[in-house]
Amino acid sequence: MDSNRSDRRRFLKHGAALAGLAAGVERSASGQSASSEAQLRSEAQPKDVHIHGDPSRFVTAGRGVKLRIDHMTYYTPLQDSAGIITPAALHFMQQHSSRLPDIDPQQHRLTIHGMVDRPLSFTLDELKRLPSVSRIYFLECHGNGSSMLHSTDDPKMGLPVQYIHGMTSCSEWTGVPLSVLLNEAGVQKGASWLVSEGADEGKFSHTLPLAKAMDDVMVAYAQNGEPVRPEQGYPLRLVVPGWEGPSSVKWLRHIKVVDQPYMTWNESMNHSIPRADLGGKSRWYHFEMAQKSVITRPSGGLKLPGPGFYEITGLAWSGGGAIRRVEVSTDGGRSWKDAKLQSPVLPKAHTRFTLDWTWDGEEAVLQSRCTDERGEIQPSLAELNKNWGITDVDAQKTSRAIHINAIQPWRVARDGSVHDAMFS
Amino acid sequence: MPCFLRRVLKRGTDYSVPSRKVLISRARIGVDRAVCPLFLLVPAMILAAPVVGLAQSRTYNVGTPLTQEEIKGFDFIVGPEGKELPPGRGTAKEGAEIFAKKCAVCHGKNGEGGAVQRLVVGSPGNPHRGPFKDTEKSATSYYPYPTIAWDYINRAMPANKPGSLTHDEVYSLVAFLYYRNGIIQESDVLDSQSLPKVEMPNRSGFVPAKPVWPPDPKKPSWY
Repeated sequence: MDSNRSDRRRFLKHGAALAGLAAGVERSASGQSASSEAQLRSEAQPKDVHIHGDPSRFVTAGRGVKLRIDHMTYYTPLQDSAGIITPAALHFMQQHSSRLPDIDPQQHRLTIHGMVDRPLSFTLDELKRLPSVSRIYFLECHGNGSSMLHSTDDPKMGLPVQYIHGMTSCSEWTGVPLSVLLNEAGVQKGASWLVSEGADEGKFSHTLPLAKAMDDVMVAYAQNGEPVRPEQGYPLRLVVPGWEGPSSVKWLRHIKVVDQPYMTWNESMNHSIPRADLGGKSRWYHFEMAQKSVITRPSGGLKLPGPGFYEITGLAWSGGGAIRRVEVSTDGGRSWKDAKLQSPVLPKAHTRFTLDWTWDGEEAVLQSRCTDERGEIQPSLAELNKNWGITDVDAQKTSRAIHINAIQPWRVARDGSVHDAMFS
Repeated sequence: MPCFLRRVLKRGTDYSVPSRKVLISRARIGVDRAVCPLFLLVPAMILAAPVVGLAQSRTYNVGTPLTQEEIKGFDFIVGPEGKELPPGRGTAKEGAEIFAKKCAVCHGKNGEGGAVQRLVVGSPGNPHRGPFKDTEKSATSYYPYPTIAWDYINRAMPANKPGSLTHDEVYSLVAFLYYRNGIIQESDVLDSQSLPKVEMPNRSGFVPAKPVWPPDPKKPSWY
């Protein structure tokens, strides 16, 4: 199996140049700052690449990218993924602006205020003194797998499994349980929600029910054993396990405890979808990401060199708990076999599954479906559409573009090429 | 326990709000058990309590208390009732001038959209009441509350210099957008009293979230 990534590499370089340009503008606008001096010093010395190691120059795995004036999206290369952990450098990124904040942790504060007895402010060092937890959780953009992505033809976005499903990633997050901070501040009677605000230019804000905040939400300062990276919210981000990505506010700086959902701009506009099954009304918040699985190899854009043995492998996850079962079909859903689940199988985390398969050289359609610990089974596209009151034609339009967890079929042609078969 | 309740509890998807007592005990069970120094801290805190007053209910005493004055300096998020709205005022006419200077380059001359999303659907005197399709959703007519546009413009716009607009400018821009969307009259003055009272055309176009709308046990969780 091979994938043609030269276009993507070229674009990634181009993207890096653009980012450098933006940083240059920032520097000249702010005059000679401490950071620009540090930059000059570091430019004078050749960079020791072993201080913070780079992958081998022969490794070409990289994120797919889509850049817009008001949007940056980087897609995790799921076709190259192994195990369940996504390296921080390959974690997907969805940013509602064209620049990332560059935050000095010494200047950064997290405040807890609003309906609390004792409004408090924390530095990063203070947060690191508090009881910490490390937990493995997936984060998924609620637009992941959205129907319109199936018809994309931009090579910079990578391979199909990457740009259709690559807005899910899984990390070990370390930080302070939000319940610790809320208890320190003393939540007042009548409080029922909280609004979080990031320090990015768009002041990304999201509302959470207090019950979830007190349950398993973390204020994370580390990801996979290192400080959270700038694109993931350095120095602090919320991690809201199992729930739609936007809840996990990055560059977290303010948490305001309130008594009703605030429906901030992103929540009311981008993140609510008019639904036919609700008479054209939009639901406020969908919260949980449902059970979902996808075969990552073989997947669209890859090519099998010839008949013979292949291990089918993929990922399954559910916002509702642990994955209990993954079934794989190699004949378009006529028959299903239980896949092996690799340890560890954790709640609200990616779970790796595999199935031995010998390709006979004939056309085949590969797909997986998962069941989570609640017994919820991943729906087919037809079942999903029925539930949302839409047709297949609607499903291919942008109007219904969030929380798609339908079964993903990949068609293996007789020449070994693999194609997205969701709508064909 | 009724069957559906058991199911809801087991699935853990019921985010109806528990009492404060439940919240606190739940969090303590989850976290404090793992904290060894706690049993050492508690007697120390009981001893210290008469001296430090409120501090007795802080377990760790880490972090700095904030004064109301400090909070005013950063607490700009405005909720649906507009309680946090600051003084200031503006009209559509004033807003039109500011919009032309600072917003039209991206959002189009009259908010019809350009490099970025459109802000207007409908026209003066003719509000769009839905259904909202695709790009129509970014228009201010779609938002459930009149305060949302104010809050976002105040904190995040213009994109090249967020936070640079005066409160009067924000009230004026919101007045301009609501006038172009047919939501208010051109002569209407928006301020902290009148803005929250503006009737949004799509106010009934939303279904409340789960916490005031428990999940239906007959529907799958991904509903």
